[in-house]
Amino acid sequence: MIRRQAIVLLALVGLLVATYLWLYKLGVLGELQCGTGSCEYVQTSRYADLLGLPVALYGVAGYATLLALGLAGLQPRFASDRRVSVLLAALATAGFAFTIYLTAIELFVLHAICRWCLASAAIMTAIWLLSLADLRRAPAATP
Amino acid sequence: MKGFYLLLVGVAVIGGGVLWYGSQRTPAPVPSEPVPVAAADGFRGYTLGSDSAPIEITEYSDFECPFCASFATVQMPVIREQLIATGRVRWRYRDFPLPTHAYSRYAALAAQCAGEQGKFWEMHDQLFTNHQWAQTAKNPRGLFREFARGLGLDLDKYDACMDGQRYAGRVQASVQEGEARGVKGTPSFYVNGRPYQGRSASDDFKALVDSLTKKHK
Repeated sequence: MIRRQAIVLLALVGLLVATYLWLYKLGVLGELQCGTGSCEYVQTSRYADLLGLPVALYGVAGYATLLALGLAGLQPRFASDRRVSVLLAALATAGFAFTIYLTAIELFVLHAICRWCLASAAIMTAIWLLSLADLRRAPAATP
Repeated sequence: MKGFYLLLVGVAVIGGGVLWYGSQRTPAPVPSEPVPVAAADGFRGYTLGSDSAPIEITEYSDFECPFCASFATVQMPVIREQLIATGRVRWRYRDFPLPTHAYSRYAALAAQCAGEQGKFWEMHDQLFTNHQWAQTAKNPRGLFREFARGLGLDLDKYDACMDGQRYAGRVQASVQEGEARGVKGTPSFYVNGRPYQGRSASDDFKALVDSLTKKHK
């Protein structure tokens, strides 16, 4: 249960980070608070859009789904349901793979680092590890 | 479990509040209105190519203009390779920021300030290659500074140049020169001083240069 709680909390923080970047893409926020990073350079590059939609929007959708799934998994009726663990692990694995792709673009194509993207990458990595641990601990059969 | 949900609500409220606060802050103003014309320093624009090239093409361009960005990223690389690098053409860039564009004059200043440190064309390429800034209507100051940083500019000098609008006079002089020559839109081209009415395509420029070169021979 503690793992799912951690997943929910991380998904909420990730959702806030992704929403921040999405609002920036929408033009609601003037400048990204980035310190010494290259957030705006990354966020205005052509890699910040995928299939006509901002990458940040995929993050919002992904984290929102993880949050909803995690919250559902905390309910007593699903607490020991392996299907929730499988779904969480599958979604987190997809998110983690997407994170690796985006981080590789930053490091090897753009040669620039967006701190908010790194924060999201760290969150998604933690969620992925927690989801795998949750999957290992889940009972083999659904009651 | 109740404590956990309270924690979630707390994080959501604080995070949502921060986002809301951020959305209420107005971006720092960027000079977009015409600035007073300082005494022109006789600057005639940055050039690419050999000084001894027989043909000079002058481009009047606006960094915020999508057609200019398309030309700079699609046609210009071919022109650079086929006509400029081969010594056949010298290319001169002149600023012509259109008044309908909020940040084009600011972008022109950024390019001039990069040019002060020997990186005009590099900044030119950054501004046109990463042209999303021109579609977002957001204050691009931070982004341009990131470009400057990426190009290895001395940021203290860059900031001082931008804050003082050091080359506003140059940009305005370029606009006035363009207006005097009859420039109506961007990009506009002049080949050896004569207005070019053809398509803005590398093939057309090459055909024109070929024909002019034959005449010279």
